[in-house]
Amino acid sequence: MVRAASGRFRVVLATDLTRIGVVVETVASCALSTPPASRQTLFRLRTILAEAIANAMVYGNQGEASRLVTIEVELHDDRLVIAVSDEGVGFDPAAIAPPTVEDRLGATRGRGLFLIRRLADHVTFNDRGNTIWMTLPRS
Amino acid sequence: MAFKTSRTEAGITVVRVEGQLVVGNRQELKELVQDAVGHGDRKFLLDFTPTAYIDSSGLGALVSISKRVREAGGDLRLAGLNEDLRSLFELTKLDTLFPIAGTAAEALAGF
Repeated sequence: MVRAASGRFRVVLATDLTRIGVVVETVASCALSTPPASRQTLFRLRTILAEAIANAMVYGNQGEASRLVTIEVELHDDRLVIAVSDEGVGFDPAAIAPPTVEDRLGATRGRGLFLIRRLADHVTFNDRGNTIWMTLPRS
Repeated sequence: MAFKTSRTEAGITVVRVEGQLVVGNRQELKELVQDAVGHGDRKFLLDFTPTAYIDSSGLGALVSISKRVREAGGDLRLAGLNEDLRSLFELTKLDTLFPIAGTAAEALAGF
């Protein structure tokens, strides 16, 4: 379901990894088509949103299909703020080690949050750790 | 079909990753390479020329595949990453873990 009004819209979806691609394209189309954003901004949006949704489904909602992921997008003149929330118990983002240190380079997981932090202009979490806010330019 | 496999006369298994390598299909690629290693293949080229997107799960799958191939005494190379995808490898420093060629032809010549 997508509702667009007053520079803000919301998407709510059940936990289903196969839906991530469609939802990402829907949000990108709604958020960055007018005015058209640069290729780099579109890539950044697709990447951070896909990673945040996957984290919400896999780690937050523990893959339970009955649990929901909520995406809220605020459109400002010069930026957009995307919030992704899950129904899990949350986590401590400060406890996640970067994957670029030598002994973690060969790890097979743990790069999603790192990519979000590197590609978004600003990233914050709620105290519980089950909502992430990510800021990107609209250009 | 996200993955198209062929084999060169030099015995190099080439896998073209079409569309995306993401959490939804990474296991398929892992199993494809695993099966090929089981059948004796040792030289692999993953061609990302037709690839639009790789997520962090896909990156993790590549690390896993690389380990499997190296454990078998083989050689895994990547090619054809567009500018955006290349930036993911650079940000995560995975460009230091994989031999990455600009094009599939360049990668094949390097085996």
